[in-house]
Amino acid sequence: MNYHSRKLLKLNLAPWRMATVGSLLLVGLTVVAARAFYLQGLNTDYLQGKGDAVANRNLTLPAQRGQVTDRHGQLLAISTPVESLWARPGELKWTAAQQAQLAKVLGMPVSELSKKMARKTRGEFSVRRPVTPEQAVKIAAMGVPGLHLRREFRRYYPAGEVAAHVVGFTNVDDLGQEGVERAYQDWLAGREGQRQIMRDRRGNTIRDLVPIKTAQLGGNLALALDLNIQYLAHRELAAAIAKNKAKGGSVVVLDAKTGEILALANQPIFNPNNRRNYKPGPMRNRAVIDTFEPGSTIKPFVAAAVLERGLFHPDSMIETPDNWRVGNKLVRDTHPHSQLTVSEIIQKSSNVGAVKLAMSLTPQQYWEVLHRSGFGELPGSGFPGETAGRLRDASTWKPVEHATMAYGYGLSVSLLQLTRAYMAFANDGEVMPLSFLKREPQEIAGERVFSPSVAREVRAMMESVTQEGGTGMRTRVPGYRVAGKTGTAHKLVDGRYSPDRYLSSFVGMAPASNPRLIIGVVIDEPSGGVYYGGSVAGPVFAQVMAASLRQLALPPDAPETATLMTHNALRAGGGA
Amino acid sequence: MSRLNVVLALLLMACALALIQSQHRSRTYFVELERLKKQAHGLDEQWGQLQLEQSTWASPARVDTLARTRLGLIAPPNDRVRIETLTAAP
Repeated sequence: MNYHSRKLLKLNLAPWRMATVGSLLLVGLTVVAARAFYLQGLNTDYLQGKGDAVANRNLTLPAQRGQVTDRHGQLLAISTPVESLWARPGELKWTAAQQAQLAKVLGMPVSELSKKMARKTRGEFSVRRPVTPEQAVKIAAMGVPGLHLRREFRRYYPAGEVAAHVVGFTNVDDLGQEGVERAYQDWLAGREGQRQIMRDRRGNTIRDLVPIKTAQLGGNLALALDLNIQYLAHRELAAAIAKNKAKGGSVVVLDAKTGEILALANQPIFNPNNRRNYKPGPMRNRAVIDTFEPGSTIKPFVAAAVLERGLFHPDSMIETPDNWRVGNKLVRDTHPHSQLTVSEIIQKSSNVGAVKLAMSLTPQQYWEVLHRSGFGELPGSGFPGETAGRLRDASTWKPVEHATMAYGYGLSVSLLQLTRAYMAFANDGEVMPLSFLKREPQEIAGERVFSPSVAREVRAMMESVTQEGGTGMRTRVPGYRVAGKTGTAHKLVDGRYSPDRYLSSFVGMAPASNPRLIIGVVIDEPSGGVYYGGSVAGPVFAQVMAASLRQLALPPDAPETATLMTHNALRAGGGA
Repeated sequence: MSRLNVVLALLLMACALALIQSQHRSRTYFVELERLKKQAHGLDEQWGQLQLEQSTWASPARVDTLARTRLGLIAPPNDRVRIETLTAAP
């Protein structure tokens, strides 16, 4: 059989047609093959990624910042999630009624809202951060395209301004800016976690694609602060500042046995919850960062230095003329006495007496005692910006400086540093390292500064300050024996000592038989008529001490009669 | 020989069904776990907010003001205070 011979099957095809069809088919096949190769071979990652993007999600697990509490667990700082309202102007579609409704929910005029929304940005911007939970519910219910709520953490400080200087605050990005928030940033911050999940069509998580990297939550922090004492210190300081029309002031309360900082208050204050209108001035932790010339509060160290070397006894008599010339400097006493014992020099705060005591030492010897007490050295609290004060090397002292150093001019200290140095007298010669964090008593070792006998003798002298004839009679606390030292220093203004601008201070401890608390108070430029440390800073000390001793339920150590003598420590309706 | 094959085929069938069953159960449990985690997270947040609220209400400043103004409390004057010393029991 020959097909070619059949008429029907005989195709009258020109060979070029065969070639054309064949090559077209071949081209088509090549195109498809090339496309397949392009998609599967070359572009697979991209397409796989697209596919995964629909089903897979990368989630960031937020790390909540740790809490800060006081020593009893009272909250001082906490992060809590809040909703904030964001807008994408490009996608925004809403009616005038919805706009009015949103304005009403946010509590702002419609005109202001539309002005805000008219912003020409391609990305998104925050309309209000944060919004209250009630507002969030209402906004979510409106469901306007282009408006969305975003969840973020916000830091709150329930104690507000009371503990603001110690706790500090964070910025919008949750980074510690001041205080403990800054000092312990790494501990508090924690680390974000990662998670890759696959979702089904309805958005449910169906499985983890890789093992979860769990978020490391920020660590919590228990401060040494006692919020009750902190509040008392804050309240009494504020009252004293107002009463004496002063520019500012600070109070430090230390636990004499452990070196813990139980309270630290400053004026002026700021509110850490209000992130608008921050001014650097009120935010400064003056007690730690600012220095001042200590004035007479340095005298107990002079007494300790001479007692330690056996140059004098507490009862040694010293001639104290009205004037005493050192070089071309005339040292004066405001209340002259012809003769005083060493003890009385402290009690009556005699400049001439203190100078004579200090001049019996070489500059090197006196410097050594001050240095050992921590002056010119960082107090070691770990607080950001902590200052070391200034204590010049003894070899550079001129005789005049040696003399003025005896009543607290020519060196500068911070209140925290000064109060810490008094721990040597309170704690039988041993200074405990300072701490803003709560700690267990067994984990600390002190540093011996004075021998126990010297420390006790000086403490007894300082107790006489608060007794009849002393400069600190307004620092008494009913029921307790109190030891302390007043200070009134002229302020340096433009390199000269101002005749009428003072710093009034008082540092003291109670119960004097076995001190548990040390409180340092400094008031900057009291201008209400009185300016003596005993009258301005003293009452603050007495109020805070009385209330704190009661707070700690320490047994009174004073004979009953002492209680009847004073009335200042509990003014009617004043103490808490 | 062929009988063994049948048994194996049945076993295979059973395993396949069991796999489906356990896969399904795993999905269900996973969803449940996710839900509970979310709930725990929500409760944590709520706890934080309650703590915040509690400490705001109990702030010493607020308690002080309320005690003085609304309740009319005062600190007891000294002559009204008596200190009792506890003696240890023998």
